[in-house]
Amino acid sequence: MKPQIRMAGGYGFALVVVATLVVVATLAVAGTIRPATAAEGGKAPPKQDWSFNGALGTYDKAALQRGLQVYREVCSACHSLKRVAFRNLEALGYSPEQVKSLSAEYEITDGPNDEGDFFERVGLPSDRFPAPFANDNAARAANNGALPPDLSLITKARAGGADYLHALLTGYREAPAGHEVPDGLYYNEYYASQQLAMAPPLTEGQVEYADGTPSSVEQMSSDVTQFLAWAAEPELEARKQMGFKVLLFLFVLSVVMFFATRRVWSRVE
Amino acid sequence: MSAPHSSHSGSHNATPAKGFYGWMEARLPALSLFNKTLRDFPEPKNLSYLWNFGSLAGIVLVIMILSGIVLATQYTPHVDMAFDSVERIMRDVNYGWLIRYIHANGASFFFLVVFIHMFRGLYYGSYKKPRELLWILGVIIFLLMMATAFMGYVLPWGQMSFWGATVITNLFSAIPLVGEGIVQWLWGGFAVGNPTLNRFFALHYLFPFVIVGVVIFHIWALHVVGSNNPLGIDVREERDQIPFHPYYTFKDLFGLSVFLFFFALFVFYAPNYLGHPDNYIPADPLVTPAHIVPEWYFLPFYAMLRAITFDIGIPFTDIVFVEAKLGGVLVMFGAIGVLFILPWLDRSPVRSGRFRPLFKPCYWLFFVCCVFLGYVGAKPADATLLGLPLQWFGLLGIVYYFAYFLVLLPFVLPKLEKVPELPVSIADAYSEKSSGKQKAAKEQNPTEEGQAE
Ligand code: HEC
Ligand code: HEM
Repeated sequence: MKPQIRMAGGYGFALVVVATLVVVATLAVAGTIRPATAAEGGKAPPKQDWSFNGALGTYDKAALQRGLQVYREVCSACHSLKRVAFRNLEALGYSPEQVKSLSAEYEITDGPNDEGDFFERVGLPSDRFPAPFANDNAARAANNGALPPDLSLITKARAGGADYLHALLTGYREAPAGHEVPDGLYYNEYYASQQLAMAPPLTEGQVEYADGTPSSVEQMSSDVTQFLAWAAEPELEARKQMGFKVLLFLFVLSVVMFFATRRVWSRVE
Repeated sequence: MSAPHSSHSGSHNATPAKGFYGWMEARLPALSLFNKTLRDFPEPKNLSYLWNFGSLAGIVLVIMILSGIVLATQYTPHVDMAFDSVERIMRDVNYGWLIRYIHANGASFFFLVVFIHMFRGLYYGSYKKPRELLWILGVIIFLLMMATAFMGYVLPWGQMSFWGATVITNLFSAIPLVGEGIVQWLWGGFAVGNPTLNRFFALHYLFPFVIVGVVIFHIWALHVVGSNNPLGIDVREERDQIPFHPYYTFKDLFGLSVFLFFFALFVFYAPNYLGHPDNYIPADPLVTPAHIVPEWYFLPFYAMLRAITFDIGIPFTDIVFVEAKLGGVLVMFGAIGVLFILPWLDRSPVRSGRFRPLFKPCYWLFFVCCVFLGYVGAKPADATLLGLPLQWFGLLGIVYYFAYFLVLLPFVLPKLEKVPELPVSIADAYSEKSSGKQKAAKEQNPTEEGQAE
């Protein structure tokens, strides 16, 4: 009169739950069910092999320094970078003295002073990058009504991140036949609506790199992308290094706890 | 609170204790309460790993509260400063990024854990007598969690924060007559603005402590009726049970380590994977994002909200009983409301799905249906599947969701399913299983000690 019990049932349940999670995660990674994002409509940007990818990825400091140069000489004419302070640039490999003299190249509006006036003074390492325009309306007025976004978070604020930014900067093409591009807009297949108000910002040899690297559009785009990726995620290196240790610890802990639990439970009949 | 079967409860309670323990006991029996709940509490010996998720949820709740309090020491709830203050935490506060990523990903993992916890209960009939109230307290926790997470997502004041808040609060305008008034009352103005952000912060800080309160009642109820188990049969005798400590403390700590491993994987290596890039754009009331999508754990409910695209009334007349918008709201709240009465809807006398051959496929279809509704919620409203509007399939999913609770469980399954012969003893089933395992291990590997997992 022994009741028939299918003990496998308990594992079956766990199996289905885990399998579902794995399938959903895989689909999500593969992009099939990625929730609709802002970049929808644009071509998917090709994946790049950035030095900061991977479990222990780090930034390439030489590239960041070149990227800073591109930002300062090109992008900063239109785009602010208001969340980055000069002192943060030490992370790019500059000494405190170098940072000091770099910040001194900027004029910063400060005040009010004791007389109640605003005044210009030399930049300090504690200052942030000044914006090219006094306010959004001034920026729009200078750019045919389009607003150049602040670039401090740009790789986090777009689906595709650094890959998208690099693809966008190198993605200007002739519009295909039959595709009318209105005046003041430029065709770019990676942009959501395929046409944006930013003229191709980079041209061959535009920047004379301090380290002598030839400044192709590809090179400058790659460098400025890496710099802006750093600007968006300055904590990335510390995060990945800490994560590696934490995961290692938790793995060992899990194994130890597994055997400890089995040992304790071996007493149960 | 004393369970009927408590010979495992050690000797602390029996003889008057001495020393500090005794001194405390005579004045405030907090230590023995602790002992009874976390040490001596008798649990069935056959619980599977699915029973880990309750205590895991409790630990995640603590993680959320602690990381949240730390964030609140630097966060500024003002429309002009909220986004900047969050970025300051990310950049200038020591380990601020760590705290924020723990809190943001913690919310997702909290829902993941609680979803598994709830689906466990649905499968093993843990909502049935005598655990009705325990289940209902769980549903209340779930509602509070949803409210808390929704308001929390508004706080960084990015584009999705703002537009999510706008879309969801606007739902209440669907309520006839008083709707508009309620919405303005929620907003504290004529649009989502600074008063909205302020009150959301106040309530987001408050609700987790309300959740703690309900969790205490939830666990209190658990300790009165005892845990269910994979066989779904009642505990009969002492040897069916083992004390919580050391058996389930160890098992729970093992589960916690594994959980933390996966949690850390996201916090350190994919901290923004579950988020939306648009929320790194500061809120702008003048620019509507191309697609407004909620966090993944709300997607099935979002699908329900959007699925009703037609007014409900008398066909071929202008008479409308339920406007489309209100229809969606009713469906969404109904989907949770039905969980409250579930203990009385399921009329099968058998608890565990393991012994219910017809229940099983219905249950798994229900599970698939919930995941599918999540998929529908993630897609734009005009998406298609196999050439047909995805919304139609969503509607089908909703019909099955409600049919499961309102038709299959109460009427169809109890009629068609024969009551099976249930095992009599948890202890016998357990020892049969473990001896079976040992036998199998010996056959495979005769020379080894014969312990296989
Ligand atoms: C002459 C002014 C100007 C310069 C120089 C410029 N941009 Fe832009 N940028 C704009 C404008 C205007 C927009 C807004 C486009 C729109 O909304 O259609 C824009 C938009 C962008 C965007 C947002 C695209 C999106 O997905 O929404 C990025 C990223 C960007 N610029 C990067 C850069 C980088 C990197 C550089 C330097 C290499 C640069 N820009 C130089 C004017 C400029
Ligand atoms: C903050 C969230 C929650 C916490 C901290 C929590 C905590 C717990 C704990 C510690 C247990 C005992 C261990 C276990 O059986 O897994 C438990 C049991 C239970 N919980 Fe929850 N819970 C939460 C949410 C929910 C929700 C949302 C539901 C369902 C709607 C729910 C339903 C149940 C039921 C039915 C039991 C008894 C299960 C059984 O013994 O079979 N809980 N809960």
